[in-house]
Amino acid sequence: MRAFATNKMQTKRTIFRNRWLPYLLLAPQLAVTLVFFLWPAGQAVWQSFLREDAFGLKTTFVGLANYTRLFDSPEYLNALRVTLVFSVSTAALALLSALLLALALDRTIRTTRLYTTLLVWPYAVAPAVAGVLWWFMFNPTIGILPYLLEGLGYDWNHALNKGDAMALVIIAASWKQISYNFLFFVAGLQSIPASLREAAAIDGAGPVKRFFTITLPLLSPTTFFLLVVTVVYTMFDTFPVIDATTGGGPAQGTTILVYKVYDDGFIGLNLGSSAAQSVILMGIVIVLTVIQFRYVERRVTY
Amino acid sequence: MIKTLSTSVLALCATLGAAQAQTDINWWHAMGGELGAKLDEIVAAYNASQSDYRVIPTYKGSYAETMTAAIAAFRAGEQPDIVQVFEVGTGTMMAAKGAVYPVYQLMADMGEDFDPEGFLPAVVGYYTDTDGNMLSMPFNSSTPILYYNKDVFAKAGLDAETAPKTWGDVEAFSRKIMETGAAPCGFTTGWISWVQLENFSAWHNQPIGTLENGFGGLDTELTVNGPAQVKHWENLAKWQKDGTFQYGGPGGGADSAPKFYAQECAMYMNSSASRAGVIANAKDFEVGYGMLPYYDDVEGAPQNSIIGGATLWVLQGKPEEDYKGVADFFTYLSSAEVQADWHQFSGYLPITEAAYELGKEQGYYEANPGSDVAIKQITLNAPTANSKGLRFGNYVQIRAIIDEEFQRLLSGEVDAQGALDSLVKRGNDMIRDFQGANG
Amino acid sequence: MVENQRWLDVLAHLTLILGVAVVALPVYLAFVASTHDPSAFVSGLIPLLPGDAMGETYAAVLEGGVKSQMSVPILLMLKNSLIVALLIAFGKIVISILSAYAIVYFRFPFRQLAFWMIFITLMLPVEVRIVPTFKVVADLGLLNSYAGLSVPLIASATATFLFRQVFLTIPDELMEAARIDGAGPFRFFRDVLLPLSRTNIAALFVILFIYGWNQYLWPILVTTDEGFTTIVAGIKRMADVVDSEPLWNYIMATAVLAMMPPVLVVIAMQRLFVKGLVETEK
Repeated sequence: MRAFATNKMQTKRTIFRNRWLPYLLLAPQLAVTLVFFLWPAGQAVWQSFLREDAFGLKTTFVGLANYTRLFDSPEYLNALRVTLVFSVSTAALALLSALLLALALDRTIRTTRLYTTLLVWPYAVAPAVAGVLWWFMFNPTIGILPYLLEGLGYDWNHALNKGDAMALVIIAASWKQISYNFLFFVAGLQSIPASLREAAAIDGAGPVKRFFTITLPLLSPTTFFLLVVTVVYTMFDTFPVIDATTGGGPAQGTTILVYKVYDDGFIGLNLGSSAAQSVILMGIVIVLTVIQFRYVERRVTY
Repeated sequence: MIKTLSTSVLALCATLGAAQAQTDINWWHAMGGELGAKLDEIVAAYNASQSDYRVIPTYKGSYAETMTAAIAAFRAGEQPDIVQVFEVGTGTMMAAKGAVYPVYQLMADMGEDFDPEGFLPAVVGYYTDTDGNMLSMPFNSSTPILYYNKDVFAKAGLDAETAPKTWGDVEAFSRKIMETGAAPCGFTTGWISWVQLENFSAWHNQPIGTLENGFGGLDTELTVNGPAQVKHWENLAKWQKDGTFQYGGPGGGADSAPKFYAQECAMYMNSSASRAGVIANAKDFEVGYGMLPYYDDVEGAPQNSIIGGATLWVLQGKPEEDYKGVADFFTYLSSAEVQADWHQFSGYLPITEAAYELGKEQGYYEANPGSDVAIKQITLNAPTANSKGLRFGNYVQIRAIIDEEFQRLLSGEVDAQGALDSLVKRGNDMIRDFQGANG
Repeated sequence: MVENQRWLDVLAHLTLILGVAVVALPVYLAFVASTHDPSAFVSGLIPLLPGDAMGETYAAVLEGGVKSQMSVPILLMLKNSLIVALLIAFGKIVISILSAYAIVYFRFPFRQLAFWMIFITLMLPVEVRIVPTFKVVADLGLLNSYAGLSVPLIASATATFLFRQVFLTIPDELMEAARIDGAGPFRFFRDVLLPLSRTNIAALFVILFIYGWNQYLWPILVTTDEGFTTIVAGIKRMADVVDSEPLWNYIMATAVLAMMPPVLVVIAMQRLFVKGLVETEK
């Protein structure tokens, strides 16, 4: 086993030498990215310097006005704080519970497929329906969970209590990602040679010690992948969940940055401000990702 | 299955064959569920009734999604002829002068017989300019009314046939219902913004904003922090504390309906178009209907309530034959028979006098108690500048602000005056923003 | 199994059962809701046991009756969803595995730039760049086509990143051995990398298939021809009811049926999850 940390991007010691092949291999991916992503995203960046009506009939260049206004607004600063709480909690919950389930699954033999199917199943729930199911479960009048909590003496009301609302969106957002993380953890665990763990067991290492000395390091490439992907997920893909459960409320208690982007741009049609918010959000996540690649990836064993 | 498939394929081929001489009219809409099916039926009847035009209805998601789709398409030059837009998008559509083709102008340009006098002023008034010209074609309009649980009323010793008239009644009835244990809560409501602020103001003849509630221009400002609104919100907060009122959540207030259906709350305020749904879900009790409550010490109350819902906007940039077809289709759509059918099926308000009269002749309102409360309520008095409707830019965001400030009020963060003052201030910022982008 | 420790096995099963109970609860509720009459779920505490209306509901949905809330037969919608999901899943896997191969096994100018260019596609969901993206698709003439439905969604940083991680764990000795055997880049890719990435390809296929299957906003936006309606867009249309209560039983029944193809994919792909594929010493 060897771990090498580079501050440059990871690469192989032995490589193929070919002048044109790598570009050919990259071409399809880059073409799609350029046409359907970078070009529209570039327009979004340009849009962030404009003030424009929804139909694009009157356009004024306003420089950085859309940005400065954001940082003067207490609502935006609140959204930054809410995003931090939401993302850290969701990522932690979604990663830890998925890892736990994958480790448990790794010990089973005959029932593996059944458990895997049941655990990945929820990922296939249609998004238009998923929000409603959460509404059914947590509704203060008809939901089961508020009913159970009432029995325990807790009065659940996510429409007015910010803490309840935050708990609800964290649970709902993690739920979707647990299946995803679980599946890749399982795939990662399956690629760890059984011989290594057997050898450690023969040396007398208990299950906990084996996990930390063998399994976790060998799983680290997968874990790193899932960490980055989950953080990006919590920052970008969670607005449908929030839209369907709390609508960002109460009183903006669950309005995260991307929800504001969606709400101001897609629902409110304030394209300039929404574009400025996307640019800031992209900036934040790119910085976060670079940090993860530079500092967290050093601990990854390839 | 195979049989139905092949018949629909045949039908498709038949329509394709016939389509060659026809002009296609694209209509993007947001009607899901049974309303969507009914809409398809109306369009099919129109297509069968003549051979010059073929209207193609396309479902484009929720109201917000449909509007965004139309805007994205317009910017790419792929816009439909007709798009259905919810009432809070009216400000955006109206300001986009180069993008929309006002209905009155379209009808005049196409030489279509069009009588603006035949429409119900309380319905079309919301969508006219200050000169009384109709800008878009109302399609599904409704107004909030009061629903109550007759069984609970009887159990509490109240007269099951008498709906509360004033907010004083609502409070007194609720007390009695809760004291007798007939139900744990007095009332709940959908749409805090639409029902308990916008309609509340119109119903009490209080201005929602300056310049005739924004009809007079983009330079308008909100004025909903007047004494009547402050008093009402104060009461709502008080009633929520003592359990008389239960909050149903932001936006449409999705949590409020189950409270009424599960007999938790005895009274419920929401759209008149919910009537069919209320009846279907009120399994174990009988439903009574009433107009919205008012404060009898506010001068001018009750005035008339205002509508919500969506209208059909015609977009610019299409060939003349398309517009001829649109004009022809709109004439069909506003005919008394089609209107009466749609109104009676859906619970939405009829848009013409003729459709209302036809319903009366057919005996529809006698056979369906409660179905005319909404019409009576919007036509109670001739609309004033305060009760014609409202028109503000960025109103989707302002509705969200209303919800946020109401939530702050209920959680005790601010008092009613503070919440409404802050609402007005934040809302005005939104309006200025819109003015900047569109002015 | 490394050793026999009963308590660990019991604990593992308990964890999994609890996990399934929590994670699959919403799915179970969807099923329960599909077996009751439509008002059962909004008028009183929601039922936790299946009702007796299951037969009628599912029969009505399959016949396409359902007071026909959809103007398109359910089979056509399922077909469209299948095409879109397969195009997206295969498309993403193919273009990503190639680009990851280039990035890990070759050194060339702008390598890092290429990786980051791909990577930032993670950072803006379709919903927030919808207006410009729609314009691109319209300009390319891809409205109302399967290409327009799928190609804009196949740019994927996730998959490229995953393959990069997988390739980096593959021992260098394999490559050295292959080179000694005279294998070029194509043979090495086919004979070594592909088999070793099998488990992850299977996992990725499951996830991407479901991702494609569950798209609704993009399909609604770029098609105006009802012949392209996908099943999830159809469900959305049924549930998108203004001013009244949706017919939850039919909606949930359709949703349960719509879940079947993805579940079949999950089951099928598990054949590839065979333990100990990589037995080489690392």
